[in-house]
Amino acid sequence: MSILVFIEHKNCVLNKTSLEAVAAAQSIGKDLGRGVTAVLPCDKDCSLAQEIAGFALEKVIVAKNEKLGAYTPDAYSDAWEQVIKAANPQYVVMSHTYQVRDFAPKLAARFEREVVGDCIRYASNAGKLSLTRRIFLGKLDADVTLNGEGPYFITFQSGAFRGDAAERGSAPVETMDVEVGEIRMTPEDPFQEAKASVDLTKSEIIVAVGRGIKSQENIAVAQQLADALGADLAASRPICDSDWLPIDRQIGSSGQTVAPKVYIALGISGAIQHIVGMKNSGTIVAVNKDAEAPIFDIADYGIVGDLFEAVPVMVEEINKAKA
Amino acid sequence: MKIIVLMKQVANKDAVLRIAGDEKWINEADVAQQTNESDGYALEEALRTVEAKDEGEVVVCTLGPQGAKSVIKDALARGAHRAIHIIVEDSKSLSSFQIAKTISEAIRDEKADLIFTGLQSDDASYGQTGVILAELLGIPHATIVIEVDRASLGDTLRVKRELESGWYQWFTYKLPALFTIQSGISQIRYASLKGIMAAKSKPVSEVTPNIEPFASAPKIEKVYMPLKTKQTQMLGNGDAKAGAVELVEKLRSEVRVI
Ligand SMILES: Cc1cc2nc3c(=O)[nH]c(=O)nc-3n(C[C@H](O)[C@H](O)[C@H](O)COP(=O)(O)OP(=O)(O)OC[C@H]3O[C@@H](n4cnc5c(N)ncnc54)[C@H](O)[C@@H]3O)c2cc1C
Ligand SMILES: Nc1ncnc2c1ncn2[C@@H]1O[C@H](COP(=O)(O)O)[C@@H](O)[C@H]1O
Repeated sequence: MSILVFIEHKNCVLNKTSLEAVAAAQSIGKDLGRGVTAVLPCDKDCSLAQEIAGFALEKVIVAKNEKLGAYTPDAYSDAWEQVIKAANPQYVVMSHTYQVRDFAPKLAARFEREVVGDCIRYASNAGKLSLTRRIFLGKLDADVTLNGEGPYFITFQSGAFRGDAAERGSAPVETMDVEVGEIRMTPEDPFQEAKASVDLTKSEIIVAVGRGIKSQENIAVAQQLADALGADLAASRPICDSDWLPIDRQIGSSGQTVAPKVYIALGISGAIQHIVGMKNSGTIVAVNKDAEAPIFDIADYGIVGDLFEAVPVMVEEINKAKA
Repeated sequence: MKIIVLMKQVANKDAVLRIAGDEKWINEADVAQQTNESDGYALEEALRTVEAKDEGEVVVCTLGPQGAKSVIKDALARGAHRAIHIIVEDSKSLSSFQIAKTISEAIRDEKADLIFTGLQSDDASYGQTGVILAELLGIPHATIVIEVDRASLGDTLRVKRELESGWYQWFTYKLPALFTIQSGISQIRYASLKGIMAAKSKPVSEVTPNIEPFASAPKIEKVYMPLKTKQTQMLGNGDAKAGAVELVEKLRSEVRVI
């Protein structure tokens, strides 16, 4: 009874977060003394399989059916269900991507299980796993144990493991023809909305505003700071949802991923979907009136207080320093 | 057209959370409660869909203690037609499968054309209750729906899903179907005074479920403040203006960007 790990891809091009899942599965495998098998749903003899076979795995299974070309939750659940029935795994490990969020709970439900989702780490004690998940929008962590019989479905947050830590090796590739039933949804081609007009990935300094800015008029307060620093303005999702700033200024899992020298977060709580887009910044500054806001967990410098008091003083001091 | 909307009561976003004595959850009694954010958008989408068709009803369903009635009252005031309250006093101890199973039993006979849920609850953040529910009801689902093409509504419905990093994808679904709705998809309406008055006479049916133990429920062993990954230098000691002065000095002398 091994560990199955999901390899996500589009037209046989790897989604690199899957290597994080491979690293996680290998680590769990070592702790529990179990082998790891990679599973790739595809409509052909997936050209990605050979690449994945270069990792330390028991084998690579290509679950093959013509209906697995474009992703649908129905086809993926059918394919996975058969792989699980055939392989009888104890654990199924995946990265918590949007695609996995879409089909993994459906798959687990077919086995009368649920997903222990979006985990940030695990510990293994005497053959039992304890998983850590963020709850309450990142304000608290919860250690969770698995119960009942396997298979256990576990997904890890992006960044919880390092993809480049996945151990290399050599594994045989096997093709498993799977049956896929009726598909009740018809996908169109994925697309990007109007190409981003600002490329924040090149910014040296970013001043980002969150819901703490309160109103569209107040964006000017942050703009003054950005001007003083020669920085670009960015935002958390609710600011762009409200059209206070255009969508191409959004940082996070559904927006841009940036790593400037300095990232100044004004009135941003630090939800994981925001943090994944900026946590690799050189120096992170957070201004937030809530001392417990999760953004402070990743900040190098923190100011607990009202941004409307802090920012004008910052602008004044910067101008003084520059004079 | 019948649309069921799942709405959950959760701790207020800005509330200060205190960990309970047994360290398994927070002290719910301490905090103000509100409707889960994305569920508000799910309701708005449902209302707009029924309005576009100019027929049908929106039924709100919540599983929670008596105190969760405030979620229902608010939804009815905004325009939902009726509600189903599945009364579970200790609902925060249930796993997502148990919640989905219990809801599936309570709404199966409603035979809704559409079910809208939020994409994730702001407290437990399972991100899966809706998807499990769809599977238990035997209907298709889509997650992270960011737009509903109401003009397409017939035996099928076209919806736009959000993918990562600014990508999107349209799918056409056979109905009945379940969609989990992303926050920010539209402007949520306020309850009007008329709506608040009308809500008082709208039907709310109460269901007292029989919840079976679920052997595969993951169990929370301990809840705690996240471990810090960085040494944060706190500036200003609670005085924002003093912090600002110190920060600029750091940006100048240590980070060297000024
Ligand atoms: C699938 C999915 C994808 C998502 N994608 C993204 C994404 O790409 N990017 C993104 O940002 N979010 C994304 N989100 C949303 C994310 O979960 C959060 O809801 C969002 O980041 C919160 O934005 P915020 O920090 O601005 O607002 P809030 O969480 O409301 O925080 C506001 C903060 O401002 C502080 N504050 C208030 N007033 C003041 C003041 N006067 N002075 C100082 N501080 C003040 C408060 O203490 C609070 O911490 C996504 C969510 C999901 C589920
Ligand atoms: N107790 C509940 N009552 C009603 N709806 C719920 C409940 N729990 C979860 N939901 C719905 O399922 C969605 C996802 O929740 P979760 O799986 O906990 O992240 C929520 O946004 C709600 O729409």
